[in-house]
Amino acid sequence: MIFKVFDKAELQKLFEIIAINPVVGPVSRGLDRNGLPLVDFDYVYDFDDLCLDYRNTTHSLKRFFLPYRENLCSFEMNGDNWDKIIDLNVYKTHVFFGIHACDINGLNKLEKVLTGNVYPDPYFTAKRQNMFIIALNCLSPLPSCFCRSMGTDTLLHGFELLLTDLGDRFFAEIQSSKAFNILKAIETRDPEEHDHERYMEVIEDKNKSFMTQVDTTDLTKILDMEFQADVWKEWGDKCLACGTCANVCPTCYCYGVEENVDLELQGASKTRHLHSCNLIDFAQVAGGHNFRPERHVRLKYRFYHKHRGFVEAYEESLCVGCGRCGNACLAGITVPEVIASVRGKEHSHE
Amino acid sequence: MSKLPFVDVLDNTVSSHIKDDMSSFEYTYKAEITNLYQLTAAEKLYQLQIIDPKQRRDFTFRPGQFVMLEIPGIGEAPFSISSSPIRHGDIELCIRAVGNLTNFLNRLQRGTNVGISGPFGTSFPVEKMEGQNVMLIAGGLGIVPLRAPIFSVLENRSRYQEVDIIYGAIKPDSLLFTYQYETWRQFDINLNITVDQPDSSWTGPVGRVTDILQKRIDEITNFADTTYVIACGPPIMFKFVCDMVMKKGLPMHKMFVSLERRMHCGRGKCCRCNIGSTYTCLKGPVFDYWSVLNLKEAI
Repeated sequence: MIFKVFDKAELQKLFEIIAINPVVGPVSRGLDRNGLPLVDFDYVYDFDDLCLDYRNTTHSLKRFFLPYRENLCSFEMNGDNWDKIIDLNVYKTHVFFGIHACDINGLNKLEKVLTGNVYPDPYFTAKRQNMFIIALNCLSPLPSCFCRSMGTDTLLHGFELLLTDLGDRFFAEIQSSKAFNILKAIETRDPEEHDHERYMEVIEDKNKSFMTQVDTTDLTKILDMEFQADVWKEWGDKCLACGTCANVCPTCYCYGVEENVDLELQGASKTRHLHSCNLIDFAQVAGGHNFRPERHVRLKYRFYHKHRGFVEAYEESLCVGCGRCGNACLAGITVPEVIASVRGKEHSHE
Repeated sequence: MSKLPFVDVLDNTVSSHIKDDMSSFEYTYKAEITNLYQLTAAEKLYQLQIIDPKQRRDFTFRPGQFVMLEIPGIGEAPFSISSSPIRHGDIELCIRAVGNLTNFLNRLQRGTNVGISGPFGTSFPVEKMEGQNVMLIAGGLGIVPLRAPIFSVLENRSRYQEVDIIYGAIKPDSLLFTYQYETWRQFDINLNITVDQPDSSWTGPVGRVTDILQKRIDEITNFADTTYVIACGPPIMFKFVCDMVMKKGLPMHKMFVSLERRMHCGRGKCCRCNIGSTYTCLKGPVFDYWSVLNLKEAI
């Protein structure tokens, strides 16, 4: 691993160098109803619009690589015949600036399903390969964040450059030659002993600031053993089955496909739109049979998929512990509470 | 500002290997509807032929697999291939008009082109069953995915011991493939057809498939060691059939079921067919009973 250190003032220069590409980063959206800052990801055209001291965004980064509605292909109709047209050369390079570990780990997990499989999804793969990610070490997690429990508070791969705020300077971890090249354009120096010490201090402070924990020991087995438990019914009665959790989740990728004929009947198009397993029609087949007609069964399935099924398949959970679903849930259902109750324990803050 | 060297962090073109992957992801064979047969009031048999002769020859599938059938502008849905695997790209799909796509399909004429992708999913291991008795149990539309293994077994009849087909439907006029029963019987098999609600013309057995199954299980000597069981039908049928067969001591890896779920992609992406996190389209639709027991909510 190659490390560099540069002064804070250099960051703006770095931004301006890469701003020839579309840049997506955290921007301020004012205050929420409790007076806390609201931040979301959007296109950034000016360095001053970036809100790099954010704690967590309301929505995840998902809409930039799994948009809510996306065109998959189109059809040209000629009488009884038709042709299928797929164009993948529409995806522009995107730079993602100041992204926290939870979102990047979310991307890494999605990559396992969508790219690392017998049928790689070309739409996701094309976008993923055209991403340049400048990550930012998240130093002040929200009380609702439990990424440390899910092992997703640190980053191993999936980014080009990882910046850590050391107060007056940034500590940069370089993961690709492209990133190394770009850093040549600004003033950097090799880290010295006192930089390393400061880095350790900052990380230690960060680790002390996590307030929520989730016990994932043997969770796959416990979820199986408690499959018929009454707690699922209790959570299901609370759940509004609105799908908000899936909307803000960085790793929910379920989708539905829809085809539409153009008004002039000369062509047709095929789009996919994100869905949620909490919505009632998710597992309903033609003819009306629904494999998961009840709310608590769908809620249970969502937890089961994220914390058991995915673990079985990829040896890691599909949850990154960002806590967005709990913050967004209208019924106040949070992952730490549900898992604690399934384990038969009341959830407690540290 | 203007002196700064702008860097295009990546070039904008999609690398070539994605283009290759793309062809496997969204690729559809064009197929022509060469024939249609109205089997019952609700179900039609569609004979499809892949138009390109080379693609037609190269299209191979194993019994139990399914294809995604696409009508541009209308939609795409999974259907079990219901014809013999030796017929390659000349495939038959038996489809009940029940949803958007199938109702549209119902109105199509001979000669129309549709899209086919696949074959997808797992299959019944008919080669593994050689030398043993084979018992095929179907309820209602469950006969459709079982017709391919029936063909496979009958085409290699001498390699199997006793072959049983037990098929149950609600009424005599909802029985599918009635025109083939005589041909099947000529292969020295036990074909048992039962209906729930007989009419005046019905002379065969009345009741559920489980009634006949129980009788046959008791008749077969050394059932657990000599038999493979394949079942497909409505969810409630699975439960009774599996319990009955397991009680007789059949090892779990000798019992196979074909499961149905909603699917939108067929390629292990959209998550609609998940049971737990097992994609029915990739690890199914054919599961052995051991795998089914490890999937909550499967049956």
